[in-house]
Amino acid sequence: MNGNLLLWTLLVLLPPFVSFAWNGLVIPWRRAGKPAAYLSIVAILTSLVASLVVVKLVLADPGPHTWQAVWMPLKHAPSITVGLYLDPLAAIMLAVVALVAAMVQIYSLGYMSEEPPGSLGRYFTYHSLFAFSMLNLVAAGTLIQIYAFWELVGLCSYLLIGFWYYKPSAANAAVKAFWTTKFGDVGFAIGLVLLWAFGGSYFLPDLFHKAASGEIQAAVLSLSMLLVFFGAMGKSAQFPLHIWLPDAMEGPTPVSALIHAATMVAAGVYLVSRVFPIYTHTPEVMLFIAYIGSFTAFFAATIALVQEDIKRVLAYSTISQLGYMMAALGAGSLMAGYFHMFTHAFFKALLFLGAGSVIHAMHTNDIWKMGRLFGKMKHTALVFLIGTLALAGIPPFAGYYSKDEIVVKLFESGLTIPFLFALVTVFLTAFYMFRVIFVVFFGNKEPEGHPHESPPVMTVPMWILAILSIVAGFLFKGTFEHFFGAAAGHGAEAAEAAAHAGGHSPVALVSLVLAFAGIFFAWLIYQKEAVSHERLRNALKPLYIMLRKKYWLDDIAYFLYRRVLVDGLAFLIGWFDRYIVDGIVNFVTWLTQQSGILLRSLQNGKVQDYLYGVVLGILLILLLGAL
Amino acid sequence: MLTHYLVLAFLLFSIGAFGVLTRRNAIAILMAIELMLNASNIALVTFSRLHGNLGGQLFAFFTITITVAEVAVGLAIVVLIYRLRKTVNADEMDFLKG
Repeated sequence: MNGNLLLWTLLVLLPPFVSFAWNGLVIPWRRAGKPAAYLSIVAILTSLVASLVVVKLVLADPGPHTWQAVWMPLKHAPSITVGLYLDPLAAIMLAVVALVAAMVQIYSLGYMSEEPPGSLGRYFTYHSLFAFSMLNLVAAGTLIQIYAFWELVGLCSYLLIGFWYYKPSAANAAVKAFWTTKFGDVGFAIGLVLLWAFGGSYFLPDLFHKAASGEIQAAVLSLSMLLVFFGAMGKSAQFPLHIWLPDAMEGPTPVSALIHAATMVAAGVYLVSRVFPIYTHTPEVMLFIAYIGSFTAFFAATIALVQEDIKRVLAYSTISQLGYMMAALGAGSLMAGYFHMFTHAFFKALLFLGAGSVIHAMHTNDIWKMGRLFGKMKHTALVFLIGTLALAGIPPFAGYYSKDEIVVKLFESGLTIPFLFALVTVFLTAFYMFRVIFVVFFGNKEPEGHPHESPPVMTVPMWILAILSIVAGFLFKGTFEHFFGAAAGHGAEAAEAAAHAGGHSPVALVSLVLAFAGIFFAWLIYQKEAVSHERLRNALKPLYIMLRKKYWLDDIAYFLYRRVLVDGLAFLIGWFDRYIVDGIVNFVTWLTQQSGILLRSLQNGKVQDYLYGVVLGILLILLLGAL
Repeated sequence: MLTHYLVLAFLLFSIGAFGVLTRRNAIAILMAIELMLNASNIALVTFSRLHGNLGGQLFAFFTITITVAEVAVGLAIVVLIYRLRKTVNADEMDFLKG
């Protein structure tokens, strides 16, 4: 890595840390609120500008540019190193993270304006820590660094979900998110240890090389990569570890936009993309990823159909979209999965910010209390519509390009079941998103209260993201194909697939028709009310209940966690304490007591009995003497 | 020949010791003690004769004298105990028990 690039990279990575340290340590500054906010925003804007320079440098010379330094020198084993690894994958992600983080932080100035200053300072301190951790996670050169920052972003997620910690629901959601993701991270940690034991390095280029040369046994490699994927499943909310993400909506909406839609939850997808060259050597793990991803996509979309909380619809939609990305990666297409993550970051952050704007105006999350907001909140409604069109995959919005890419790739890879899941999900996605659009912004019902448009500090960031949601697809598709199309490992195959996607394959057409069908049905039911949605609900009652109950998975998880894990563990520990620990103590006292009872009879105070002892003793001595 | 005296002394001592350990009447115990003392006297006299040393016989006289005093003290104690407990049964004399 040349000095120029290294300098720019550090300029991306360090400003948020400076802001975090200053805001964190200088307490009066943080308590003042606004200064902390401005410092944080200046820091992230610096990172944004620097990251754009890094993107320009890296795209001109894809590298990969690496830099490493010894962190823990070891005598009898290879030393543990830390470093940077910059290729187009990392550079683009840096820019996306910095951009979304900057937009969200600016938006937060408006959204969080009613918070007391101390609380506002705390909010932006967490944001700086998050930006620092996320950017470093992206640029990290070794798996151990990725793991460390992975946990740090998890910590930020916990802190920000529980930002309003005095609300029990928020505190519970924060704990649930932490536990669930940690559950996956245990797998990640074991995978890392295995890789170290058999690969002897955490430095990414070394690992890529060792995986390619077969230096690590195939079985070990598969197992460790599967375990690493468990970490990604927790972070990216893949079935069955998705249960934390909808609850994470208890946090402030900008946090949901940044952490739980655009960046942190995409870290799992990013991790898989990052070590994609290793995954190409473990086809069975890839297959597993494809099935998990596509099933998650379908599964979450069905739950989203019946949610009444605007943020929860978006949360399930995020899970669903993350499933798409995983499915694409599992099908062997780095380009499709990563491209969708890129476009999704913009339009999903936009949708969340839009939802935040609506919530800010309405002071409720319930979509049935809203209606006809289009007339009252033109900007919000427009950007929300743009985000929805992008999410539904309508051309020429960004989502169209990336989502079609995934569906086509799944079709070409010959994975029939994942492909069908993905295809149905296209319809479901369009339906549930337009359900929200019609109910909230159009519909036939006046909203409660007096909603008003949000201030420019909120609408301007939304418009920036909206513009990106429109243009990111066709503007950058070529770039992504150029850099990631061939990186899929099986070069020729991927190139051929790319050529296919360039033309209009019938699959893409089918998925487009399905998307329009979804919109049409949503319009029919929620706008025209040709079929009353209440009658529809009654007609499909068992299905409706199953979806409302989220397939009872949350209840099962609660049961497993609360009844089996906590109560079971408590029972075992209680049993151990009662019978083993107390048992030992009680046994010692019993032993003392019994020996006392036994020995007491020796001292009965009768001289004659003592004499017995004396005589017996003498006899014994005489006997011994005789012998 | 002298062995016979020693055997007699041994038997007498054993009978005395057995009496001390098994009798429950305090007076009988005192009597058994007397037997043991007399056994020791016989042994003393026997050894005196064996070694041609009169010291042994002298000791026997001392023993007899001291035994008298001992019996006097012992009987006095038994009488006192009887006054206190209305019994001379050794099983009930557990004054040493704390």
